[in-house]
Amino acid sequence: MDKKISIVLSGEAGQGIQSIEGIIVTVLKKDGYNIFATKEYMSRVRGGVNSTTIIVAENNINAYYEDVDIFIPLSDEALKRYEKKIKENTIILADNTQVHHPQITNLPIQRLASELGNTIFSNTIAAGVILGIFDASQELIDDFIKNLFQKKGEEIVNKNLEAVKIGYNIGKELKNNKVIDININKTGDKNSLLMNGADAIAIGALSGGCNACFAYPMTPSTSVFTNMANYSKNYNIAVEQVEDEIGVINMALGCWYAGGRALVTTSGGGFALMTEGLSLAGMTETPVVIHLAQRPGPATGLPTRTEQGDLNLALYAGHGVFPRMIFAPGNLKQAFELSAMAFNYADKFQIPVFILSDQYFVDTYYNISIFDTDRIKTENYIIKTIKDYKRYKITDNGISPRGIPGFGEGLVAVDSDEHDEDGRITEDLDGISLEMKNKRLRKFKEVEEAALLPVLYGDEDYKNLIVCWGSTLNVILEAVKNIANPDISVLFFQQVYPLNKSTIDFLNKAKNVIAIENNSTGQFTDLIKKITGFEIKKKILKYNGLQFSVEELTKNLKENL
Amino acid sequence: MENIFDRQQDTAWCPGCGNFGLRKIVLSAISELGLNQKNLVFVSGIGQAAKAPQYMNVHYFNGLHGRALPAATGIKIANPELTVIVESGDGDMYGEGGNHFLHSIRRNPDITVIVHNNMVYGLTKGQASPTSQKGMVTPIQVNGVFETPINPLALAISLDASFVARGAVHEQELTKELIKKAIMHKGFALIDVFQACVSFNKINTHKWFRENTYKIDDDHNPEDKIKAFELALKENPFPLGLFYINKNKIPFEENLPLYKNSKEPLYKRKNEIKNLLLSKM
Repeated sequence: MDKKISIVLSGEAGQGIQSIEGIIVTVLKKDGYNIFATKEYMSRVRGGVNSTTIIVAENNINAYYEDVDIFIPLSDEALKRYEKKIKENTIILADNTQVHHPQITNLPIQRLASELGNTIFSNTIAAGVILGIFDASQELIDDFIKNLFQKKGEEIVNKNLEAVKIGYNIGKELKNNKVIDININKTGDKNSLLMNGADAIAIGALSGGCNACFAYPMTPSTSVFTNMANYSKNYNIAVEQVEDEIGVINMALGCWYAGGRALVTTSGGGFALMTEGLSLAGMTETPVVIHLAQRPGPATGLPTRTEQGDLNLALYAGHGVFPRMIFAPGNLKQAFELSAMAFNYADKFQIPVFILSDQYFVDTYYNISIFDTDRIKTENYIIKTIKDYKRYKITDNGISPRGIPGFGEGLVAVDSDEHDEDGRITEDLDGISLEMKNKRLRKFKEVEEAALLPVLYGDEDYKNLIVCWGSTLNVILEAVKNIANPDISVLFFQQVYPLNKSTIDFLNKAKNVIAIENNSTGQFTDLIKKITGFEIKKKILKYNGLQFSVEELTKNLKENL
Repeated sequence: MENIFDRQQDTAWCPGCGNFGLRKIVLSAISELGLNQKNLVFVSGIGQAAKAPQYMNVHYFNGLHGRALPAATGIKIANPELTVIVESGDGDMYGEGGNHFLHSIRRNPDITVIVHNNMVYGLTKGQASPTSQKGMVTPIQVNGVFETPINPLALAISLDASFVARGAVHEQELTKELIKKAIMHKGFALIDVFQACVSFNKINTHKWFRENTYKIDDDHNPEDKIKAFELALKENPFPLGLFYINKNKIPFEENLPLYKNSKEPLYKRKNEIKNLLLSKM
């Protein structure tokens, strides 16, 4: 097993878990540690119990482990919710005036914070303790604290610098006295990037030429929207919070129609409202890119939790027949690249393209090597129109060159009714109406031929093949690594629709195929059967609202081999 | 004189429909303003009125029922140099699209919104619309409409819409001038236009509209919001003309950081993201 330390912070919403996480994760990464962090939280703004798991490792571990080495609960409630995670060797760092458990190593942070003038400093002290344990660079810590509190004035900056120092010394002492015995080398690349799925999707979209983003806030998709809003201060991107998701998708289509490249970001219920608009994209052949961050349904479901439950929704949403593409990134690099490619494909084929993520994916951070931005080029397919331009010209491959108003001499007319080449309403059923239907059907073939190859991890000669898609990738790869059986390979689908034609060959080669999905019925397994005829009989499914952990998947896989 | 925007073709409208009159008025207005055909986009939803752009030589986006406003806003966002006119009916705008109507007024994109208001659903054959008057019997409202009709002008003024007017097909000159003024106005401009549905509304006929409307007095100050609101509440007879104008509102597009210094449309712009990536280091 790799050398790693897992730290879990838990507390009530509003107690400051996120600010502690921010300090620890940023400083340790800059100091050369490999970092992984993910959070789980309740759908409330105050109270309840939230937690963050931070894994510091010698080799990059980009997957969620549930075991806890160091547990920092900020209240008794916070401790109770995660009590079953506490093992004999778990170190609990807590203030024993606030939290009660026999295994606690006392950190008198309340008293120390009060001595500094306000209990508000207790979070900074707690962060300092962890940084001390890891022997983090004090210079980096001070820089971070100064930056973070700069706006609040010199006094607050100085108090926090003092607070972090107090914590730091406690942490160092714990380490020196071998209360906590940590020996992890700083093997990480200091020039790597630290980001979460939402960052990778947003930056990827921008590099694919995204220049507008519309949304209605909905967990867990909002973080992509927040990123875009931040970028709008310095980049060419128009961002607007729309009154509802119906308005969102229609605004996006208007924007694309007039030459913009808009992203919409939403989750299940919000996307459900967009389905008529999706169909409009199909009929008018207007491109659009949809980031759909999944969470458990039906209806409001578990708003802040994770599930791969909306594949069928993305697949079948929208009345009528029209082509689409669905990407499902499994790691940050794929999220970056696929989000960029989504814009190029949407523009090229004049179709809706989905980026399917989920709460676990968007909220999970780790450090990765810098992306090769030169590989991604914004492809622009807009043409300058001529005088007698026809928006829906019948073509062999079904794709009509797309003009926009204001660029060229032609008029650009699009219609949600069945239309002729000029975009005008028609009911000529056996004439142009049918020709238009066939034109759109021909695009299916084009889109299918562009389908990305599934990615094979492991040996090409395999007996056991694990089939997966989306956010489960890294946890599966980590579990497979732990099992250390050369006969297991992983077939990962970064595009879940259409499927690349080679899919069936990969499946036929295996003796034992296991599908792993973070949903209750195996939606992707069903899709594979529908398209290829291949029935995957062994399924490992999880649908309690949480992602798989490496430990449970390792155990589960062993039983299925 | 030949009107370049005029497109002679078979229409889906009944003979005598008020849509013909409004079509003529709109064509004259855009022609008299000398608008550049290349930069003029019509946006509509669904309904008989929403078919209007089909019968003109213009760019158009004929989208979904009730959804013309967000699409029009999206167009304006992509290219603020375009003149964007929304043309749709009362059901489309005030019924299916009611939420967008409220929030588009708040957002204030520089678009002109012409609503064909005939107080009935035409395309679906005669059901009540949000502006149908109380008591109207229809195949669905068999005991007569009991809901209070929407007052689009009062609603718009209450939301501080930057330009609020009512025209009527029987007042061609007045309506044409209102439309011209609305197009030239910077910001969200609403013109509700009374017109008859000859097939499905036997109450609010051409004659009824003539007899139940009057022109707003010249001494009305459209910058006086309270007076404008009072005027908007007047019914039977209904006032026609410019009710309210707020010249101090900044159009939505101009509030977007990327259009602060230049109106260059999105399709001509690029982003360089290297620094953004480095910020994550």
